[in-house]
Amino acid sequence: MFSDALMLARIQFALTAMFHYLYPPLTIGLGWIMVYMSYKRLKTGEELYDKMARFWTNIFAVTFAMGVTTGIVLEFEFGTNWSEYSRFVGDVFGSPLAAEALISFFLESTFLGILVFGWNRVSKRAHFIATFMVALGATLSALWIIVANSWQHTPAGFHIVETPLGPRAEITSFWQMFFNPSTVGRYSHVIFSAMLNASFFVMGISAYYLLKGKYEEFARRSLKIALVFGIIGAYLTLLAGHHQAIIVARYQPAKLAAFEGHFKTTEGGTPYYLFGIPNEKEKKVDYGIKIPGFLSFLVHFNFNKPVTALDQFPPEDQPPVKLPFFTFHIMVSLGMFFIALTTFALILWWKGKLFDFRWLLWIFVFSLPLPYIANMVGWIAAEVGRQPWIVQDFLRTKDGVSPGVSASQVLGSTIMFTTIYSVLFILYIFILIKKIKKGPEIINH
Amino acid sequence: MLLNVIWFVLMTVLLMVYAILEGFDLGVGILHLFTRKNEHRRILMNSIGPVWDGNEVWLITFGGALFAAFPTAYAVVFSAFYTPFMLLLCTLIFRAASMEFRSKVESSLWQNIWDVLFSLSSLVATLLLGVASGNALAGIAINEKGIFQGNLLTFLNPLGIVTGLFAIFLFALHGSLYLQIKTEGELNYQIKRISKFLSFTVLILFAVLTLISFSTVAWARPRVITSILGLLAVLMLGLTLWLSWQEKGTKAFFSNTGFIASIILIFASNMFPYLVRSSLNPSYSFDIYNSASSPKTLAIMLGIVLTVLPVVLAYTGYVYWVFRGPVKLDETSY
Repeated sequence: MFSDALMLARIQFALTAMFHYLYPPLTIGLGWIMVYMSYKRLKTGEELYDKMARFWTNIFAVTFAMGVTTGIVLEFEFGTNWSEYSRFVGDVFGSPLAAEALISFFLESTFLGILVFGWNRVSKRAHFIATFMVALGATLSALWIIVANSWQHTPAGFHIVETPLGPRAEITSFWQMFFNPSTVGRYSHVIFSAMLNASFFVMGISAYYLLKGKYEEFARRSLKIALVFGIIGAYLTLLAGHHQAIIVARYQPAKLAAFEGHFKTTEGGTPYYLFGIPNEKEKKVDYGIKIPGFLSFLVHFNFNKPVTALDQFPPEDQPPVKLPFFTFHIMVSLGMFFIALTTFALILWWKGKLFDFRWLLWIFVFSLPLPYIANMVGWIAAEVGRQPWIVQDFLRTKDGVSPGVSASQVLGSTIMFTTIYSVLFILYIFILIKKIKKGPEIINH
Repeated sequence: MLLNVIWFVLMTVLLMVYAILEGFDLGVGILHLFTRKNEHRRILMNSIGPVWDGNEVWLITFGGALFAAFPTAYAVVFSAFYTPFMLLLCTLIFRAASMEFRSKVESSLWQNIWDVLFSLSSLVATLLLGVASGNALAGIAINEKGIFQGNLLTFLNPLGIVTGLFAIFLFALHGSLYLQIKTEGELNYQIKRISKFLSFTVLILFAVLTLISFSTVAWARPRVITSILGLLAVLMLGLTLWLSWQEKGTKAFFSNTGFIASIILIFASNMFPYLVRSSLNPSYSFDIYNSASSPKTLAIMLGIVLTVLPVVLAYTGYVYWVFRGPVKLDETSY
């Protein structure tokens, strides 16, 4: 494995992308929560909103810096590790990436200066606008990268052209490329799950303060604001996810079959597994608990119409099953849990009992990392499920790797990034805990 | 065909703005350890605090634009410069982390560690950018398929090393001039002395760099256009030197900005129409035609750039305006 440049390049991309994705969902979601707080700060002039805006901005700033630095690596990795891929897709894939930098990164990074350092230099109104611009920039930056990534899953708006260095994809229609079949579903899924992620983050920390009996008014109000974002995020993530599953069924049937461990095409409806262990040797799911016909219903709105199985694809075009199956099911189960928890909390809020139960606050504290896990496993399912393709049906992953880069170079840089990212992540957590313990009373950067 | 040339010009502009803006914030990082007091170090970091992130986006945009407009060049350059680029990324990570983390723990050991990392990563990042530019000018060992045939040591040729050193002193000078605007009192006095020394060093290194590139790189020898630009560069650098000795920091900063801009223009004129030159065989080089995206993509991207870039420049200007004048430390500072 350590002498295989392809495998190492894949591992490196997976690791660096996952380390990166620890940060952006929080900043995307938290940005909008801060916009609301900043708006209330502007309109009411209440000191509490001032404290809230400053405290969460503080957390935001550290997270943002982590997201930016880990993100630059990814942009350059396409060229360093995947030069054949870059050459093949550059005409199509490069433009959303360039647009991302021009339209989104500049917006968020530039206004971040005012957001973080401008409290005493600009008016409350200007500060609110800066907060809005940062949130908008963060949300838009996800748009462009998702456009590019969705194009890898459901390529559209291009044709293949022969060049002296080999074939490549060229744009025929920018908007068809932009709105390729999976863009809308995947982008909304990402944004709503980012809202969910940030809201669980704010709720977890607020619940911790309430359990400790500290900054109670601050915590109660933060938790309520986050809960509103959370419940919207939880339901819309499900809705977007469902829409996406239908798209996957239509455009990437092998991926859906892998998600569901659906090895053999059968007559009649296809079951949905709540749990099970896919057995790739014997092509079946062991210990499965299934709802008959439910997958057919989810995909076709018809309990009896069969869903395409893996046996419809030649072996070299089939994705692995175990990893997508497990990660997909963990994601779905977590999603259901988020809906249940936020709905339950909303009912309690309505009855005026939201803060009456310590065990519920503990659940909020311990749920803080769960959306992160859901994000990670969701991406693993999506990207591993696309294999063996790097651009679905047009370019195989093995043909995308840099031909001139040796396994030892990739191994070296992988070790370097893994070490640095791990250290940074530990420091990030350490700084977060310090900030949380310090609380919103003392405003210090 | 005109689109390809326009895109070459745009890439030059992106590189130029990046060198000017990140130039001073890398320079501030290089000079960081020359100040001893904690308060002074904080002023240095905070002088670039609100702007470094935006400055770095010019590099990301350069990378993204290269990917979109000249994907083959992007693929060839980044895989050829594999190890240097990975190290560059590593230094950029450390720079950001040290600014973000330094002030978060009140321990002198903790702060000293981040001070050293901040300065060292700024220095190494500049060195790598310089070495890469020198090698890009001289050409890199790529075969007809654009696959790199050399190794890390190939980059450490005389031109590469001199360009690396030149970049370090140039950015340090640029940073010191920026700091003259951003500081007051004792620190300001200290920095003025540093600027004087650095402006002199840059002049000497510029002469060495010019001689080496004339003697080792055939296409870097003077032509009409590069002679005019070269004259402009000398004029700007002379002005910077004079203004530094007159202790006119703000004016010196702007003339040095002009110097950096003219150097980038000379670099671009010497590269044109190539993006990647092969040192093995000139016919293996990639130019703005055989490495470009389709005219359609170039046109779409040009539309986006022309619409968005003025807006970006406007709000970037606004942020610099908000944070104008000397740094005042307060509770929101690093």
